[in-house]
Amino acid sequence: MAFDSFSAFIAMEGHGPYVWTCYGVFFVLMVGLMAWSRRRRSATMAACRRNYERQERGQQRAARPAATFTRVEVSQD
Amino acid sequence: MWQFFHKLGSPKWFYGIATRLMPWLLVAGVLLLLAGIVWGLAFAPKDYLQGNSYRIIFIHVPTAFLAQSVYIMMAVAAVVTLVWRMKLADVFVKAVAPVGLVLTFLALFTGAVWGKPTWGTWWIWDARLTSMLILLFLYGGVIALDRAINDEKSAARAVAVLVLVGVVNIPIIKYSVEWWNTLHQPATFKLTEKPSMPAEMWVPLLLAVLGLYLIFGWLACLRMQTEILVREQRTRWVKDLVMAGRF
Amino acid sequence: MNPIRKKRLTIVLFLLVGIGVAVGLTTYALRQNINLFYDPSQIAAGEAPVDVRIRAGGMVEEGSVVRDPESLKVVFRVTDFNASVPVEYVGILPDLFAEGQGVVAMGKINGRGRFVADQVLAKHDENYMPPEVADALEKASKGQNKAGETAQPESY
Repeated sequence: MAFDSFSAFIAMEGHGPYVWTCYGVFFVLMVGLMAWSRRRRSATMAACRRNYERQERGQQRAARPAATFTRVEVSQD
Repeated sequence: MWQFFHKLGSPKWFYGIATRLMPWLLVAGVLLLLAGIVWGLAFAPKDYLQGNSYRIIFIHVPTAFLAQSVYIMMAVAAVVTLVWRMKLADVFVKAVAPVGLVLTFLALFTGAVWGKPTWGTWWIWDARLTSMLILLFLYGGVIALDRAINDEKSAARAVAVLVLVGVVNIPIIKYSVEWWNTLHQPATFKLTEKPSMPAEMWVPLLLAVLGLYLIFGWLACLRMQTEILVREQRTRWVKDLVMAGRF
Repeated sequence: MNPIRKKRLTIVLFLLVGIGVAVGLTTYALRQNINLFYDPSQIAAGEAPVDVRIRAGGMVEEGSVVRDPESLKVVFRVTDFNASVPVEYVGILPDLFAEGQGVVAMGKINGRGRFVADQVLAKHDENYMPPEVADALEKASKGQNKAGETAQPESY
């Protein structure tokens, strides 16, 4: 351990604010990027699934007239 | 060798490999990065000149290093896109550009916060800092250009050309501190020489760099998978995969 | 490799070489502007303009720092071990400012060859070490200096 106490570790001999700001921003951005990337994949999966399910329903009721409006598919990113 | 190259070009094959690889990349990456950071923050000795502010190096160097490596990888992928028209190469460029943007921003930000207590200023227009800022704009430009062009094939080529044009900036970043007078100090890690710091400082730094590399690998796999799903949603294998619910 | 791909690869290579040469020539032409500061040799040789805001950089000469006891005024010499330039500055110096350390000063050269700075930044090198190691190194080098006092400038 390079520090005598926990408070000395936080203070870093006056450089604490600089060091901890850097590490804080680093963790927020990295974790945010990772979580966002994961959510985007799940959202894409869900969008694809909805698409396929509607297509299958559409094939079953092919005889009925087409809907009067169309849904626009927007990728969920 | 060529067979491997062709296999690598198959989105389906890549998707499967990525799924199997990703848990290992994530676990190993997070462990290495955290080990490096905790070691660097709490256990490495302080610097004789800068005191504890130098501890920012344990994230500044990994992010700056990755920011440049990612651009080089993108440039290689751009050549593959232009010459071999391999779809996965283009998928890679689009998937990792935002990651590169975040890493470059982090390198600049941590550098600025480090510069204040050591140099006495947040920012100076020296060759190293300016060329790194240009790298940030290049990443931004790649993302914007890709969004601006609707047609997938034209976008792929335009983006590849932009990435290649920008790659001249990489040697400028790397050698700026040697070619010109700068406020920024020369590199601590060089491939050919011993690092200019003792082992109890460079080992945690190396761990953090390796860890961030693996996390980047995980992010690249994840984001490429997303891009592949969007592009290949009309294919049978994507439909099977999605309907099976195995992500 | 089939001829079409070969052609594309050639085009890509030409593109890269072309841009590389263009950027190389541009940065070569602009090198004096890309350089952040003039070093003392350049200033001594008269390469730096007088009465124009420029930066000067180098090492703070050992034993040259004189602080005014009544104000924040500091006078010191910046050297690259070939030439040195006197610098005067009024203001707060960065923590890392010390004799034997790197420094970059922004200001003007006045008519008498004195550099009047309005900003002083500290420049450090890429060597990091624990304080104990630094102390030990300094003791070792002090011991050497006593043996041969004049040997120091050549060792740079």
